[in-house]
Amino acid sequence: MAELTYREAVARGIAQEMARDPDVIFFGEDVAKAGGVFKATVGLYEQFGPKRVRDTPISEQAIMGAAMGAAMTGLKPIAEIMFSDFFAVCFDYIANEFPKGRYMSNGQTKCPLVVRTGNGAGSRFGAQHSQSVENWCMMVPGLKVVAPSTPRDVIGLMAAAVRDPDPVIFFEHKSLYAVKGEVPDGEIVDTLGSAKVVRPGTDATVLALALMVPRALAAAEKLAAAHGIQVEVVDVRSLVPLDMQTILGSVGRTHRLFTVEENPRLCGWGAEIVSIVADEAFYDLDGPPVRITTPHIPLPAADNLEDIALPTVERIAQTIRRALEA
Amino acid sequence: MNVLMPQLGETVAEGTITRWFKAEGDKVAPGDNLFEIETDKTSMEVPSTTTGVISEIRTPVGAVVPVGAIVAVIAGDGAAAPSLAKASAATAAPAPSRPEGLDPFRAVRTPERNYGPARLPSGAVASPLARRLAVENGIDLTGVRASGAHGRILARDVENARTAAAPMPPAAVSADRVKALYEGRPYEEVPLDPMRRTIATRLVEAMQTVPHFHLGADVDFDRLEEIRAGANGGAFTDAEGKPSFRLTVNDFIVKALAVALQRVPDANAVWAGDRIIKFAASDIAVAVAVEGGLITPVVRSAETKSVIAISAELKNLAARDRDRTLDPRETQGGTTTVSNLGMYGVREFTAIINPPQSTILAVGAAGRRPVETPDGGLRFVSRATVTFTCDHRVVDGALGARLLAAFKHAIEHPIALML
Repeated sequence: MAELTYREAVARGIAQEMARDPDVIFFGEDVAKAGGVFKATVGLYEQFGPKRVRDTPISEQAIMGAAMGAAMTGLKPIAEIMFSDFFAVCFDYIANEFPKGRYMSNGQTKCPLVVRTGNGAGSRFGAQHSQSVENWCMMVPGLKVVAPSTPRDVIGLMAAAVRDPDPVIFFEHKSLYAVKGEVPDGEIVDTLGSAKVVRPGTDATVLALALMVPRALAAAEKLAAAHGIQVEVVDVRSLVPLDMQTILGSVGRTHRLFTVEENPRLCGWGAEIVSIVADEAFYDLDGPPVRITTPHIPLPAADNLEDIALPTVERIAQTIRRALEA
Repeated sequence: MNVLMPQLGETVAEGTITRWFKAEGDKVAPGDNLFEIETDKTSMEVPSTTTGVISEIRTPVGAVVPVGAIVAVIAGDGAAAPSLAKASAATAAPAPSRPEGLDPFRAVRTPERNYGPARLPSGAVASPLARRLAVENGIDLTGVRASGAHGRILARDVENARTAAAPMPPAAVSADRVKALYEGRPYEEVPLDPMRRTIATRLVEAMQTVPHFHLGADVDFDRLEEIRAGANGGAFTDAEGKPSFRLTVNDFIVKALAVALQRVPDANAVWAGDRIIKFAASDIAVAVAVEGGLITPVVRSAETKSVIAISAELKNLAARDRDRTLDPRETQGGTTTVSNLGMYGVREFTAIINPPQSTILAVGAAGRRPVETPDGGLRFVSRATVTFTCDHRVVDGALGARLLAAFKHAIEHPIALML
């Protein structure tokens, strides 16, 4: 057992897979010699050398194209897009090429690649470098989408993503890189499509993803201490595949549903889950499902504005308490 | 898949399983009969809607279960599916069972049934879970106190009502006390069947909650008897000499009441708690004595049907009740009821309203009675005493009197019913 930061876990997760499988390669902008702009890949270049760990030109399309070519010809590339906002400039690969090739070639080509990317707000990067865009990818048939919230999950889900035969988009949260967590020694392999109940409770189910998981947990402790409300917090972890079994099971016990989403309100992942719960578990609900999200705005760069735009622990706790008491 | 006690009519709250056609471990396919149930209205066979193996039968023959309760569990095609009860004994806090491999990106499974509207007639709103629990526990939400915001009924309110609810029927009388009064006398005890219990509950409810009043009148049947005799005498006969119909006085009464309600449409209405619901069609329920109680088959839109058609329909309903093939829906929803005890020689009586209806007509025996003629002489007419019972919340005295007058007119001018 060791205490690792989220950013150290990224490097360890990649290293675990590169050491296991010589077909795994890794590249991106400033990821090799510089160890990544977020210092999440420090040491990989030294450990695995310039053939398997490469710096690329500043061209997201080139990075994605190289990754796809490598994947189609037998390698298992991990490619980094520094900010997930930049998906917009290489979205043809993400939406049209990676997820469609296997289907359109009737299985003659495969695309076993992982795109790692820094996602989310909280670091004063402004409207074009702070977005939560997991829903951009969730809506594309053929992609798998994960977003871990702890160092341990980073390693386990990275392994699952690399070993998956299809393209996986791996969202790392920029504001979690410095967060520490306990990580067991040895190989860690998780499964895609599994949510985790991270705090059991009886009064409501609270779904959260990435940075919103620690905030939901803090809100849960607050509600328990101040109001005796026991909420169950579920870390969704994987948007595609989506673990509705765990989510519906939790709603079946608590009968109330809340989602805590960093994405802007419209078409956030919580909307999809609420719609599925309304379909499948309508008669388990004892009140309306409630989504707690960032408003539908471009994110401000000013620290005080960015802080109140995202769901805060205070807002999460208050919204849940009001909805349960109303 | 859970097999639920089906809803066999709006007012049916429970039923008795009288027979299982399948045993635990048996394979079933859609359409295979699973069990037979008896309610206060009817009995019927319930088929499977799915393919699988019966993993558990929860309700034995003879048990009374509320509508919506789980009576059996059918497991998927796999033969060795463990029963729910056994599984939950093994794990402390089982999640609701969900099939493996659920893939919400391909399809979702909407609930297999509905549990009633969110907004109740009283204006209160019930949460989806509250509605489901109410149906599963046989609780009427209109009587449940709401504790949620904006008058919302929540699951906890249904739970409170369930624990507080007294079992039916109103048990002010205890069997032991009654038996003590007759100590030493031989007697036989008759357990209540579902029909008897429903009669007890509903008529107590009617007498305690409906403000009844009665309006009686004498009605002459001379002309009607003349037409009836002529019609029956002129009926076509089949090869064996059997007439194609034989009209009873009651058939004419149903028609006359239907026509009278069309003349006085404000009385063709029922009480719905916070409002009155008025109907265009005259749907006449007819009280029919059957072994062990009575049923009230309904002749829909009787004002549009000939007396011969009404007669045939009533005979058909009665025959199907004897065969136990009557759908309970055919015995509910009338806008009024006729109860005729004339054939027993009863001179006159008053009937108890069948809620939510607002009127019921009690018909006594027609007999030869002396009346004064306009010139001061005396003659005998065929005359019966009829009595309307009215719910004053819907039908005031003058309105009831107009309905009675319209009915009397229709019976005494029966040619108008024919044309």
